[in-house]
Amino acid sequence: MNLNARIPSGPIEQRWDKARFDLKLVNPANKRKYNVIVVGSGLAGGSAAATLGELGYNVKCFCFQDSPRRAHSIAAQGGINAAKNYQNDGDSVYRLFYDTVKGGDFRARESNVYRLAQVSVSIIDQCVAQGVPFAREYGGLLANRSFGGAQVSRTFYARGQTGQQLLLGAYQALERQIDAGKVKMLPRTEMLDLIVIDGKARGIVARNLVTGRIDVHMADAVVLATGGYGNVFYLSTNAKGSNTTAIWRAYKRGAAFGNPCYTQIHPTCIPQSGDYQSKLTLMSESLRNDGRIWVPLKQGDTRTAAQIPESERDYYLERMYPSFGNLSPRDIASRAAKRVCDEGRGVGPGGLGVYLDFSDAIRRLGQKTIAERYGNLFEIYERITGEDPYTLPMRIYPAVHYTMGGLWVDYHLMSTVPGLFVLGEANFSDHGANRLGASALMQGLSDGYFVIPYTLGNYLASEKFAKVDETHPEAVAALAQTQSMTKQLLAIKGKRTVSSFHRELGKLMWDFCGMARNAKGLEQAADKIAGLREEFWKNVNVSGEAGDLNQNLESAGRVADFLELGELMCHDARVREESCGGHFREEYQTSDGEAQRNDDSFSHVAAWEYQGPNQKPVRHQEELQFEYVKPVQRSYK
Amino acid sequence: MNLTLHVWRQKDVATPGQMVRYDAPNVSEHMSFLEMLDVVNEGLILKGDEPIAFEHDCREGICGSCGFMINGIAHGGFKNTTVCQLHMRHFEDGDEVFIEPWRATAFPVMKDLIVDRSAFDRIIASGGYVSVSTGSAPDGNALPIRKQDSDLAMDAAACIGCGACVASCPNAAAALFTGAKISHLAHLPQGQPERKERSLRMVRQMNAELFGNCTNIGECEATCPKGIPIEVIASMNGDFLAASWQERPPVEIAGAG
Repeated sequence: MNLNARIPSGPIEQRWDKARFDLKLVNPANKRKYNVIVVGSGLAGGSAAATLGELGYNVKCFCFQDSPRRAHSIAAQGGINAAKNYQNDGDSVYRLFYDTVKGGDFRARESNVYRLAQVSVSIIDQCVAQGVPFAREYGGLLANRSFGGAQVSRTFYARGQTGQQLLLGAYQALERQIDAGKVKMLPRTEMLDLIVIDGKARGIVARNLVTGRIDVHMADAVVLATGGYGNVFYLSTNAKGSNTTAIWRAYKRGAAFGNPCYTQIHPTCIPQSGDYQSKLTLMSESLRNDGRIWVPLKQGDTRTAAQIPESERDYYLERMYPSFGNLSPRDIASRAAKRVCDEGRGVGPGGLGVYLDFSDAIRRLGQKTIAERYGNLFEIYERITGEDPYTLPMRIYPAVHYTMGGLWVDYHLMSTVPGLFVLGEANFSDHGANRLGASALMQGLSDGYFVIPYTLGNYLASEKFAKVDETHPEAVAALAQTQSMTKQLLAIKGKRTVSSFHRELGKLMWDFCGMARNAKGLEQAADKIAGLREEFWKNVNVSGEAGDLNQNLESAGRVADFLELGELMCHDARVREESCGGHFREEYQTSDGEAQRNDDSFSHVAAWEYQGPNQKPVRHQEELQFEYVKPVQRSYK
Repeated sequence: MNLTLHVWRQKDVATPGQMVRYDAPNVSEHMSFLEMLDVVNEGLILKGDEPIAFEHDCREGICGSCGFMINGIAHGGFKNTTVCQLHMRHFEDGDEVFIEPWRATAFPVMKDLIVDRSAFDRIIASGGYVSVSTGSAPDGNALPIRKQDSDLAMDAAACIGCGACVASCPNAAAALFTGAKISHLAHLPQGQPERKERSLRMVRQMNAELFGNCTNIGECEATCPKGIPIEVIASMNGDFLAASWQERPPVEIAGAG
């Protein structure tokens, strides 16, 4: 397997400029001769489809939801980073680059991250021009807030609905191209396989979720922007429909999977309340700007928050990490929360919670200011828990939120299958082993608006494309394979529901491949998952018919893929014998419990190559070079 | 608590549907309404029945996927709350709950509680955007915008496109939805160049989709889970009226010489 990352040469500041000059162009009159498939319509897919349509390509865009406006990017609350330095507080492209590489615990590719920091400034300009209503100061200029893992204020936001507003901007740009006839939108259509012909991605197999019809769609290139796979844990902050199917089936067609074990556990979520729970709700990290996190000093303290005097409270983040305090990065804050709860100092039912307290901020700034900043988040919290955070401190606990792993891509965002490009959370690229807050929106839009328009053009201009259509043997075979899998799922008629398998998988993943992992647990979990998968294919009960709107069937296909992915995640976590970012191996920690990297052996990306059903995949390595940011032990103290 | 549900079941768009009675035993007050339906559905699957189809995704009240009528009120009638955020503590043991899909000519029922809301996408496609292609934007701070205007734009932009406004309106009008997008962009300088054309095209598309007319009843505002104010309809009407008044048929431009 060739893992050439195609990083341009020269000083890092000039690499993207150099690449843009070296990349081949498609003549404007020729662009309409190329067909491009974009799967996913979130920030990455929506912005890519819109921009490729504007450039003149024929685009077909797919999403499983009823409308491209529903994609899960919409749920991002806090904000989007950009190195504008509008606050004159010491920010720069280089500092955003540095913070992101360090935040990722030195497991990201420097050149990609530098480009991300460079184009971050254009993203804000583009979104403002589209009419995204970012927060503003009274003078009419854009407002910023600070966010975890950074000491400058570089986060742009639209109340607590930044993801929604950015997505609606991309969605509106996409609808404009649909109206212009340049993009054909296929909502309620789910990609189920990738068609590879002569080694190149040339199309997809997709199921119309209303009629159940499975069709082949051919193209000259395929762009996947299908999001992350956090739902392998069953309970996560992801939308219920978020799944791994598109990237997993591409993996089975030859696309390497990069760093599958890198999972972000977000520190501020509403704790679970019961076994019926279907998902976890995130409370934006921006709350940590004004909220103070604490637990009682004493173990098993059953007093209410108000009854515990100041002297008997442990503001543990402020104590352990005085310079970043409550704004410590997500992986650090989550592990610290787990540690104090493991010590028996957690609050709320089952002791799985810590306080996020706004009483100091309300005293300092007044309730009105707090309501202006976080009003809608406080409402969400009250609606779910029935408690008023203006008077009682919030209770929060970490939850699975984002997956840094994903399909391996090079500097051009192309996977190991030529012509298959992967954008946004679906790829493994820019966040290393831990993503900083407000960086996911930045990466999705960077990939879609500003990177893929160049690199896709270069690919199309450099290759010759044999004329292929739906009758090509590879397309016919992929279609038949998908149809037979659908039939098989419906034919089992066993005794367990799809979601009972999903819950059991999720619990295994959370217990053994969650916030803290060890070799023995990972090996056990991998075995158990293989057994669970075997049972699934003998004993699952999928209701309904194939030729119908059938949500249970959709979910069964997705869970079948999670049952394979989960095992790979455990293998990947097992082999990576170090702790870095969100990957914490109990065997590798410093004396004060911090993550202990092993740069000599693991300063690389692990890229897994599929070898066939029930065969062990092969692990390849892309060595990471750190020419600019020298790896050190991350310190937020 | 134990509840009795009456749920609209319909196989597909072409087959007539009917209300069907289900028991929902042992409902916890901490569940969300959709989690209660999840549990009912698990029971149906194990009995060999088809589960109740309903649309949902983020379950955080922001994606706009979910929504149906609970006892005749869109999203159940709690202020600023979508059904995914509605918790069972608002119900009592023994309650009978009637669950039906959005009803409107422009929103055909596809299955059970799922309706086709693609008319909303076509309204946005007819002009709900600023025509700015990627790469041609000036610096974000080159155009200062009064905070008050920006806040009003944000109020309107908060719409999640769930369709509750249409379902609540006795006329099945989409005026709150269409007005929200027109008003969002009308409050911003970026929205000015296309303001007139936008209102003409979007209102005409809305009518072409067979949504009813607005008669200022106000049910839409009352049930909107994002609190979109009814002023956006006035804003839409104002823009549409002004633009209609000034509309001229396009003039063919002759070439030079």
